[in-house]
Amino acid sequence: MSVINELKKASLSPTFQGDPGKHPMDDFLRMDRMPHIWCSSCGIGVSVNCFAKALEKTQIPLDNVAVVSGIGCTGRVAGYVKVDSFHTTHGRAIPFATGLKLANPKLKVIVISGDGDIVAIGGNHFINAARRNIDITVICINNFNYAMTGGQLASTTPQGAVLSTSPFGNYEKPFNLPFLAESVGAVYVARWTSLHIYNQTNSMVEAINKPGFSFVEIIAPCPTIFERQQRFGDGLDRLRWYCDNSDIQNGASTKDADIELTNRIIVGKFVDKDRPTFLESMNNHYREKLGDRYKVYEG
Amino acid sequence: MKADPKGVLTGSHFMDGDHACCEGALAAGCRFVAGYPITPSTEVVERFARRAPLVEGAIFIQMEDEIASSIAIQGAVWGGKKAMTVTSGPGFSLMMEHIGLAAMVEVPCVFVDVQRGGPSTGLPTLPGQADMMQARWGSHGDYEIIAISPNSPQECFNLAVDAFNLSEQYRVPVMFMMDECVGHMMERVVIPEADKIEVTPRRYTTLPPGQYLPFKPNEDLVPDMFKAGDGYRLHVTGLTHDFRGYPAMNPDTQEELVHRLVDKIRLNAPKIWRYEEIDVKDADVVVVSYGITSRVAVEAIALARKKGIKVGMLRLIVVWPFPEQRILELAGQGKAFVVAEMNYGQIFYEVERSARGKTPVLLAGHGGGTVHNIDAVAQKIVEASQCRS
Repeated sequence: MSVINELKKASLSPTFQGDPGKHPMDDFLRMDRMPHIWCSSCGIGVSVNCFAKALEKTQIPLDNVAVVSGIGCTGRVAGYVKVDSFHTTHGRAIPFATGLKLANPKLKVIVISGDGDIVAIGGNHFINAARRNIDITVICINNFNYAMTGGQLASTTPQGAVLSTSPFGNYEKPFNLPFLAESVGAVYVARWTSLHIYNQTNSMVEAINKPGFSFVEIIAPCPTIFERQQRFGDGLDRLRWYCDNSDIQNGASTKDADIELTNRIIVGKFVDKDRPTFLESMNNHYREKLGDRYKVYEG
Repeated sequence: MKADPKGVLTGSHFMDGDHACCEGALAAGCRFVAGYPITPSTEVVERFARRAPLVEGAIFIQMEDEIASSIAIQGAVWGGKKAMTVTSGPGFSLMMEHIGLAAMVEVPCVFVDVQRGGPSTGLPTLPGQADMMQARWGSHGDYEIIAISPNSPQECFNLAVDAFNLSEQYRVPVMFMMDECVGHMMERVVIPEADKIEVTPRRYTTLPPGQYLPFKPNEDLVPDMFKAGDGYRLHVTGLTHDFRGYPAMNPDTQEELVHRLVDKIRLNAPKIWRYEEIDVKDADVVVVSYGITSRVAVEAIALARKKGIKVGMLRLIVVWPFPEQRILELAGQGKAFVVAEMNYGQIFYEVERSARGKTPVLLAGHGGGTVHNIDAVAQKIVEASQCRS
């Protein structure tokens, strides 16, 4: 019920009081690139909206924000957000973001990409950036398949799901992303679905403000492929399903957050802890070892 | 502009080519290195890891693999640093996709490849020169890069500075093609005072946000740059893009963009070409060589000269773009060529193509693992002189 209440709250949000000729997203989106490529009732647009709201809440000047994406449907986010944005290669958004952040630590660097990009082809970079505690936020929109290429099996596909490269159903065990992120050292880990717009926005705010490697997974409907192939209906049907089948369990053990095709989904904020970032560790270490000969690295 | 003295280790040193390459990069203003250990290139990053904490603004990070290294440097460039990564054959293979990205979005950066014997794991500790074509064509799609090949530790220093300068001038990834011998040989390296070292600054735009188009070229076909955080709020994509940097996937934009990426090097090639000629004027045979093989060739040439053959040498310093015009001129004068390189025909085919059938071109090839036998190269010179007559 709480989710329904939140939805009601959302629809009752204060009336927009700005310039009536101006769209509230004008400052945040590249309107000259509209329409976007995402399908009707896809969850990615929802998260872009939440991300815009989250940035607004953090009050970080947009000039200081950089968004990095890889390849895929979610990889296109970088192309639509009106900040310095980089659409890189498949799986490599995180090491690009690492270089960008280390070169200019004043930037807020946010990686937004899909599950295939972040944890399959880019899995090695994900675990190593989390281990180093690079001060970036990774928002991973998980739609359980490679949608841009027509719907193939992913490392996140629940067992039993039918996709074009698992025509008789998936028999591989998928990743549990919050568990993976926590185990390799992420300091902030949360999971929400596209339904949980308030929660995901708040988690994005917390993740962006959190020093270190923060991770937010968003379970998103892919009506054109994943939901259709499983005969789950359209995006709206899926949101209803999320509504009925999500268990908000803040602080739950990530071990219990496995996803199965038709089981209930555990969502919530799972991890929020403190650990020195890569640059803090480096500066402290060199200061101790080299004394005054070392000038603190600030970019 | 002049080099920042903070990175310049002025003095006379005894060091190997790998270390000299690192010092050259620092002198050129390189302040970001991402690398992954691989023989015989590791000493470059080892030195940078040791030097960076004591050079203000410099940072080293050892990445999880070469794929990560080759894109972390590009993130760093958009963040405002001069950056390089360092590897050898197997790692170079892993970096190929990101050489394409750097070419496509015009990222000035340097890829160092200390070549060893291949293919595959091959000869990790022994020399090779068989990555030369990979340096040019290794990534998919059509593009041009610049490749430089030093033949001594002193040149590893000097040419590393030039590699960074060329990358900034043309906004292009530069391949610094060393080999195991040059990387590991120790010689005297003289590093001048900082104010004697010319450094090319990044071509940042002077236009304000709103007026600046990030991929609109200047007259020399190179666009000016911006960096993240300066308020431009622009987009950079490896997709085919228009002047605004927006994806534009159609044949017209592809033609305009890719043709320019190729032309900005091809049309500027006469300004980029660099080679050294020794005793070419009276020569009947010209040995074309580069890297460590050029030092072996000098001995072979001396041997052949003793036998009465008029032979000279053209040493490639910039290998790509290839100085085809000079080869054609020499071919037109009836000079035969011997191409000595540690592979079974890479630059050989370029020389053959450039000579346009006017004169014989012979390959003194070698599989790598050691330098050429001097007698074998001398024998090829004899054969070439006989072919010619």
